[in-house]
Amino acid sequence: MNRRFIEQFNIPAQCKKYGLPLWQCPHFLFLVMGIIIIVSTLVAYAIGSRYVEDPQVVALIVLLVTAILFTIAVIITRSFERLAEANRMKSEFISIVSHQLRSPLSNLRWAIELLTSGRANGVSEKQLEYFKILKENSTRMRELVSDLLIVSRIETAKLPLKKKEISLEDLVRKIIEELEPFAKASNVKVEFGAKENLPKVFADPSQIRLVIENLLDNAIRYIKEKGRVEIKLEKIDKYCRFEIKDTGVGIPKEDQKYIFQKFFRSENVMRYQTQGSGLGLYIAKSIVEKSRGKIGFKSQEGIGSTFWFTLPC
Amino acid sequence: MKKILFVEDESTLQKTFGEILKQEGYEMIPALDGEIGLRLAKTKKPDLILLDLILPKVHGFEVLKKLKEDNETKDIPVIVLTNLEGIGDVDKAIELGATTYLVKANYSLEEVIEKIKKALGE
Repeated sequence: MNRRFIEQFNIPAQCKKYGLPLWQCPHFLFLVMGIIIIVSTLVAYAIGSRYVEDPQVVALIVLLVTAILFTIAVIITRSFERLAEANRMKSEFISIVSHQLRSPLSNLRWAIELLTSGRANGVSEKQLEYFKILKENSTRMRELVSDLLIVSRIETAKLPLKKKEISLEDLVRKIIEELEPFAKASNVKVEFGAKENLPKVFADPSQIRLVIENLLDNAIRYIKEKGRVEIKLEKIDKYCRFEIKDTGVGIPKEDQKYIFQKFFRSENVMRYQTQGSGLGLYIAKSIVEKSRGKIGFKSQEGIGSTFWFTLPC
Repeated sequence: MKKILFVEDESTLQKTFGEILKQEGYEMIPALDGEIGLRLAKTKKPDLILLDLILPKVHGFEVLKKLKEDNETKDIPVIVLTNLEGIGDVDKAIELGATTYLVKANYSLEEVIEKIKKALGE
């Protein structure tokens, strides 16, 4: 914390981080402006008290200082615009690249599907094995591209919420059912308990589905050999609360503060055994917060994690 | 044999899909751009049209609009099969008269075949 606080004052390093020259860097310009305000106040006071009988000079000084401050303010605003523009271009770039990648990926996926579905003749067992590897990896690429598209939409505020009344309970049951084969293959038992008569929530079903899918997928994925996932639904005050507890590997304490960051993947024991883009929790957090809810977790390495989110209901 | 017009500018996809449709017992009529698509829809009278949106010459939305305005083609079911997933794209296609809107990246081949059969009432 202390180091980060001190780092803020290392202005050349901060400017370098944004790739801006010193005279265009907001941090530097704010510092210059601060110094000018202090100095000009002192100078105006000193001159004013000495030449108080000549108000024209004081007026001229004030005018000059105002002009300087105005110019600096314009430069600062421009440099912020540049930063915002760079950020917008980055999101647009991600969006274009992801869209462009989708077409060849679909072609690839469908061609592989044709080969592995038994529709194409003359595919040997050995070849089939390799085609399956291709299939798995093309699915991974598709998921990554789809996650990137969602992120770019979140960042350009183009992720519209098509809100309607939904039953969280029904949605959770459906997702558990869909992920059942994955849970079974991973030796994980998924248990679900919902309080009776839970009211419906007003949210975008396809996006809340993404949140629950991500949380359940993570819970199953990070259980090492055999384990249990418990899902609970309840109402607390004006919020419906979804909670998912797993007996997985847990998140190391030093990684916990970064867990909702984009592309972050914890350095836990499963880091290299599991696949993932590090975007799922970032997406989940963005969606929940956009739906006026909250998200959080507690976790202990070697024991497991409990993730939760709330939605107004 | 039922005829399916596939308006798609990716020839590789035409090939993969053509193979599958043949296996399923359909005749596939390929069209590599919107203009050819519109012409073949009138002359070949397909039972179903699979339509991509990002197409050379005439955009998919324009093709869809013209198909639905023409008395000769307005009753042919159209399945939009695209990777375009922008805000309002789905609503626009349905409004223009598309039967279904499928995002290629989200569907497997078998699922697309299923949707085709459903649209053909099989």
